[in-house]
Amino acid sequence: MTRSDTHRTIDAVWRIESAKLIAGLARIVRDVGVAEELAQDALVAALEQWPDSGVPRKPGAWLMATAKHRAIDQLRRSKLFERKQEQLGHEIEAQQELAEPLLDAAIDEDIGDDLLRLVFISCHPVLSTEARVALTLRLLGGLTTEEIARAFLVPPSTIAQRIVRAKRTLAEAHVPFEVPGEHERAARLSSVLEVIYLIFNEGYSASAGDDWMRPVLCEDALRLGRILAELVPNEPEVHGLVALMEIQASRSAARVGPSGEPILLLDQDRSRWDRILIHRGLAALERAEKLGDALGPYALQAAIAACHARARSADETDWVRIAALYDALMQLAPSPVVALNGAVAVAMAFGPAAGLELVDALTSEPLLKTYHLLPSVRGDLLAKLGNFCEARTEFERAAALTRNARERDLLLGRANACAVKIKEQGACETNNAN
Amino acid sequence: MRFMVLVKANKDSEAGILPKTELLEAMGKYNEELVKAGVMLAGEGLHASSKGARVKFSGNKRTVIDGPFSETKELIAGFWIFQVKSKEEAIEWVKRAPFDGESELEIRQVFEASDFGPELTPELREAEERLVKRMAENAKQ
Repeated sequence: MTRSDTHRTIDAVWRIESAKLIAGLARIVRDVGVAEELAQDALVAALEQWPDSGVPRKPGAWLMATAKHRAIDQLRRSKLFERKQEQLGHEIEAQQELAEPLLDAAIDEDIGDDLLRLVFISCHPVLSTEARVALTLRLLGGLTTEEIARAFLVPPSTIAQRIVRAKRTLAEAHVPFEVPGEHERAARLSSVLEVIYLIFNEGYSASAGDDWMRPVLCEDALRLGRILAELVPNEPEVHGLVALMEIQASRSAARVGPSGEPILLLDQDRSRWDRILIHRGLAALERAEKLGDALGPYALQAAIAACHARARSADETDWVRIAALYDALMQLAPSPVVALNGAVAVAMAFGPAAGLELVDALTSEPLLKTYHLLPSVRGDLLAKLGNFCEARTEFERAAALTRNARERDLLLGRANACAVKIKEQGACETNNAN
Repeated sequence: MRFMVLVKANKDSEAGILPKTELLEAMGKYNEELVKAGVMLAGEGLHASSKGARVKFSGNKRTVIDGPFSETKELIAGFWIFQVKSKEEAIEWVKRAPFDGESELEIRQVFEASDFGPELTPELREAEERLVKRMAENAKQ
């Protein structure tokens, strides 16, 4: 094995082991920042030693043993150890734990709880959303600062700072390394789900830059979701989120055209949808449905996505059911964006005029003022009703609002198509032409 | 990226002899570990080749040959599909599989959309467009 082979192997081992390593260490040292540094030290030791010694047979156990030795050294050197009486009890306990014989099994047994604690602390409400995202990808996803920076198109120093600050905030706030109690569990879990879905969406509909998708982030989010689903198998919304991500990801290959342009759901070549992911998504949705009486917001969105996944062609889509699911979603998590999507479903189920009526009611909604999909949808419905003059204006407005270059091209293309129709029909009335 | 991990057949798997309880248990634990890590997308064990068949193509001719097939080492006894970041990660996971005795696993990368996007499209697209045009012209005649 060459040196660079070994380095690639170490990268792989790190990806598999780092979260477990950090989680296990955090339980012992009670500080996520310190735990991560210890894990990093162990990684450096591996990079120094493995190229010569070879990769150990149990690389995870090797890393844990190395990190624990460092932890013991640090504890011994720590002046706190002698000074602080009140901490003595805990540190002796920690020492005993560190001195435990290293049984691989023992490390693996409790690791689920430790990982769950690490999930909750990475998504803790004392942190900003950006910090939660960065910390989650770093501590649980095993991504390097550079990888996170590349995924979010920001300089690595920005991410590094975000992570340092996040770790400091957690330490200063004395956030305990524990799974939240019953009374705050629901709120804390929803913060975790939000972070994972945010990562997924950043990958799925890249909000900035020339790429329509950054699939790597989708894969990381999916992996985090799948891990979480096994850590808390009785939480229906976790399965709901996983189902939603699996089904959305199943369309990745079909939603980008040959020159990188986006292809909208109904125009997609369904034979390119990923059957494995659809199958997994439907199974996850079924798990969510079996656990809860009423579906939560993620499961409802997954159920909507599932309607599309089950339809063999766009014409076979059960729009009446989708409209009803959006209605249920509106009751549970009302938002102008959900209302807009609901209006689209109504248009498909009951005709463009019925949809347009609902969309028009949203045009005064302040939250949608800069949302490109509102004029985009309105343009689409107007075009279907034959009002190409107003439709063109709406597509142009939508193109001016989107930050995504590919999407802008698509919208301008639709505006041009309207212009062609207008020419065929003659001209627009003066109040529509601008 | 996605990898398919192919488990090669051996005398026992071809004879329809199920693995011992300990190995089955260990395999169950291994699968659980894969699922918990969010790595395993799918995986199945396959019956002996005696329950399968081959279809040979030669021009227009199709010949069906029923199993079993003799070249045991080239047969497949099961597979996993992994979602991982690199070939090395797939290898690391495979190394943890609880096989004992003589076994061989093969790791193959699965083609994904991004693997053919840019290389395949321009020419193929052009070819397809030519075909569509020709079909339209033929229809007019």
